[in-house]
Amino acid sequence: MRLLTHNMLSSNIKGVTNGFPLRIEAEKVVEKTVEMNADFLKKMFEKIQWKAFIDASRAMGYTELPEEVDPTTLESDEFLSKFHHALLELHLEEGALVCPETGRRFPVNKGIPNMLLHEDEV
Amino acid sequence: MSSRPELLAPPEVFYDDTEARKYTSSSRIIEIQASLSERALELLALPDDDIPKLLLDIGCGSGLSGETLSENGHHWIGLDISLSMLDVALEREAEGDLLLGDMGQGLGLRPGVIDGAISISAVQWLCNADKSSHNPRLRLKAFFTSLYKCLTNGARAVFQLYPENLQQRELILNAAMHAGFSGGIVMDYPHSSKKRKEFLVLTCGQRSVNTSASSIKGKGEDGESWSDDESEDEENKTVSISDRHRPRKKQKHNKSGKGKEWIMRKKDQMRRRGNEVPPDTKYTGRKRKARF
Ligand SMILES: C[S@@+](CC[C@H](N)C(=O)[O-])C[C@H]1O[C@@H](n2cnc3c(N)ncnc32)[C@H](O)[C@@H]1O
Repeated sequence: MRLLTHNMLSSNIKGVTNGFPLRIEAEKVVEKTVEMNADFLKKMFEKIQWKAFIDASRAMGYTELPEEVDPTTLESDEFLSKFHHALLELHLEEGALVCPETGRRFPVNKGIPNMLLHEDEV
Repeated sequence: MSSRPELLAPPEVFYDDTEARKYTSSSRIIEIQASLSERALELLALPDDDIPKLLLDIGCGSGLSGETLSENGHHWIGLDISLSMLDVALEREAEGDLLLGDMGQGLGLRPGVIDGAISISAVQWLCNADKSSHNPRLRLKAFFTSLYKCLTNGARAVFQLYPENLQQRELILNAAMHAGFSGGIVMDYPHSSKKRKEFLVLTCGQRSVNTSASSIKGKGEDGESWSDDESEDEENKTVSISDRHRPRKKQKHNKSGKGKEWIMRKKDQMRRRGNEVPPDTKYTGRKRKARF
């Protein structure tokens, strides 16, 4: 799972009012190089919750992203390539996602988060 | 024995390793998934701006449908309830992110972030109660409500499905409309029992007029005649659509109000404009049963 998906994902447990962002417990992170598309990054930048994204990338061991951003940051090629790397090239391979409200752990194996809820969580 | 898999076992049981294997070994299955996904992507009618989109593949299974999305340059998140199917997706090196999850429990996604969703032969599974705790109506509701929320304004969701019967189609459509979607069924090749394919095309919120669901054309459908004649001209196209924004009464009125005479007049008009118009047959303008 990439941080692109992590930034969209939230805990869906019954009764939870703010299930975002899921905290990342990283046991294994892998990198896969993909081609960069600046237009896509700019579109995604509007959707990304930056604070959650920074925290997630740190949990994955990547600390190059700036804390503060504004739309002009996007004009820097250097920034774009770091954003690209964190958003689309880092994969959480083994570990867990943790619900911020209940502490419930959603295990991640072979890169696939298990988001199945127990019957009493639906 | 029934040929409908969803009547045999719950999806996570039916789609076991053996069944999942077929999605890599059967060229027929691979071909069908690819062509259904191509069509679903086309019906999504994404803006023609060359910018990759973030899409959802619901019941992504082995990732065959996702492959079509990737080939067209998009990023996608796939959800499936069967680990065996997702394992095949890993093997095929699917480029999307995979989630193990049950759409009937609702999607845990942030509001307004997804540019479109496709789903190939998956939603009809929700119509069954596989556990005593399952209520198809509630599961459909949870699914469509959460889907509506996570889509961007104007985004579409396209579902290829094989409803078992009219009630099932109605159950699915009602849940979608209640969640706030507008749209309806697009039928490709309605005259051919073999080639007939059904797509539920839903739109979230407002969309500009020229791309609204009411301009969608089904392939090989002529809309006015409703025959089983396989040799009908495949270029004849039109739509069957239900639009929740239209008051119910008016909708009914439209359906039954346009008689054979009206249709003949319209057809003449179209012919005079030089449009291709289906030939007049004994089926033209004949009464037929409601489709949902
Ligand atoms: C006909 S297959 C689609 C295969 C997929 N498009 C592909 O390319 O491999 C239907 C899929 O829907 C999934 N499915 C059925 N019920 C589901 C549910 N409640 N939640 C998530 N996925 C489900 C099944 O596990 C199966 O993989």
